[in-house]
Amino acid sequence: MGRRVAIVGTGQTYHKSHRPDVTSREMIREAVVAALADADLTIKDIDAVVIGNMDHFESINYVDTYSVEGSGAFMKPVMKVSTGGTTGSTVAIAAYYHVASGLFDRVLAVGFEKNSESDTTAAIITCSDPVWDRFSYSGAIPSLATEATAYMEKYGATQEDAAMVGERDRGHALNNPYAHLRRPLTVADIMASPMLAYPIKLGDICPRSDGACAVILAADGIAQKIASRPAWFKAVSVRHTYTWFGDSTDYNKGLVSLQRASREAYAQAGIKNPVEEIDVAELYLPYTWAGLKWIEDLGFCGPGEAARFVGDGNTHMGGKLPVNPSGGVLSTNCIGATALLRVAEAAIQIMGKGGKRQVPDVKTALATGFGGCFWSDVVILSAVRP
Amino acid sequence: MTDWLREVEPLTLKGQIAVPYTWWAGDTASRFFTALRDEGKILGTRCPECRKVFVPARRSCSRCFVEMDQWVELPPEGVVEAFTIVRYAHPIQPAEPPFAYVLVKLDGADVSFLHIVKKDLQDLGVGRRVRAVFKEKRDGHILDIDAFEPVGEH
Repeated sequence: MGRRVAIVGTGQTYHKSHRPDVTSREMIREAVVAALADADLTIKDIDAVVIGNMDHFESINYVDTYSVEGSGAFMKPVMKVSTGGTTGSTVAIAAYYHVASGLFDRVLAVGFEKNSESDTTAAIITCSDPVWDRFSYSGAIPSLATEATAYMEKYGATQEDAAMVGERDRGHALNNPYAHLRRPLTVADIMASPMLAYPIKLGDICPRSDGACAVILAADGIAQKIASRPAWFKAVSVRHTYTWFGDSTDYNKGLVSLQRASREAYAQAGIKNPVEEIDVAELYLPYTWAGLKWIEDLGFCGPGEAARFVGDGNTHMGGKLPVNPSGGVLSTNCIGATALLRVAEAAIQIMGKGGKRQVPDVKTALATGFGGCFWSDVVILSAVRP
Repeated sequence: MTDWLREVEPLTLKGQIAVPYTWWAGDTASRFFTALRDEGKILGTRCPECRKVFVPARRSCSRCFVEMDQWVELPPEGVVEAFTIVRYAHPIQPAEPPFAYVLVKLDGADVSFLHIVKKDLQDLGVGRRVRAVFKEKRDGHILDIDAFEPVGEH
């Protein structure tokens, strides 16, 4: 059993389609400075740094060293963690391990991406096995589209059902001053947008953003001195599949990695009924269909029930279990930061710092990460010290 | 090594992924590059805490973790701190061999400026004074400085 750990500060940039005014490390510094200010700490208080982004996205291999000017890691222990889409949540979990281990008291977790600097699809292809799947089943959109058609076939869900998720998240983003896309998007807008790969249309998929996020974690005994309302780690879970898309993704079974990761996390946190016991969820939903299928995998509702569950407003602000008060991934997607933003936004909700996007009286918050060949991270935070 | 590898060519698969990159220089590097291009000036920034002058100019001090908004124009001249003479050709190198990679401590700077020396290589040495030679046509790139060259008496 590790030490108890809490998030005591968060920082993020104002996310945009492109940031011509700063380099990656200058952009990282904005998030780090904001997180330090949020926790009322200085860089001297930080014992170690964990940082991550997507491999090949900026063509910088030694990101841990490259970013030092921005992360403040000069002559500190620093490690780069890169796990695809889950990078941000894995960075948070690796930072959690650092503190829980007892080796470090205050650790800075950083995620960033400058999607505007490269070709996302060309870079992301390297997640596929170079001998096999890279030639026959590549890119983020086709694999998600295949998942969606399997779900439609099985449960009779419609494109309009999925579009509700986009309308919801983009509506929530209007409350988040940091979100990249802050224009409402309706079901009709999504239905009218160009088809990319059936049933995914332009309005169904996440944008590419430039942005960074930083989170400060501290050990029990120290966290309480830094933050008046720390966000305690109640559970973390990482479940990876492997790179044979054909056998790691049985679409008829759902997103198995998320089922496993969430059940493991619920067990750690003692959660028996997620909808009743979780107050807010920041989910890595890179496309609208994920907001249906994956909330079933999380156990928010039964298989095939998601369209009604979302349609009834359960996941909207004011609903039973608000999902993505920040606007989520459909509004902001600086990929290496994306899953860390889920953790940061969950912490913000616990800490009561959400401003217009605050859900009242949050005691338990769930964050997820999603990546590459359909793998999942789950983090559960609590206002109550475990 | 298994025996069959002596008999046959091992099967390989060829791949090449073309990923185009466009890196934003940002406010700070843009000011450095435009000064170099338009005025033939080398700019650095001074840290308000440790007072060190960094060149090329950068936005924040790595060591003190503070913004550096004090700009300093550095003379195009300094002293060689270290160097090596390159004798092999490679497409990624900025010049045909032989040429030298040099670390030049520009007068007034606290860190070395990385560049090349293309002629009078026999005169190079640690402590040798060198001066930047600017290209006639400049487009906002570190190689707007064509090279450094040794100056004065050896």
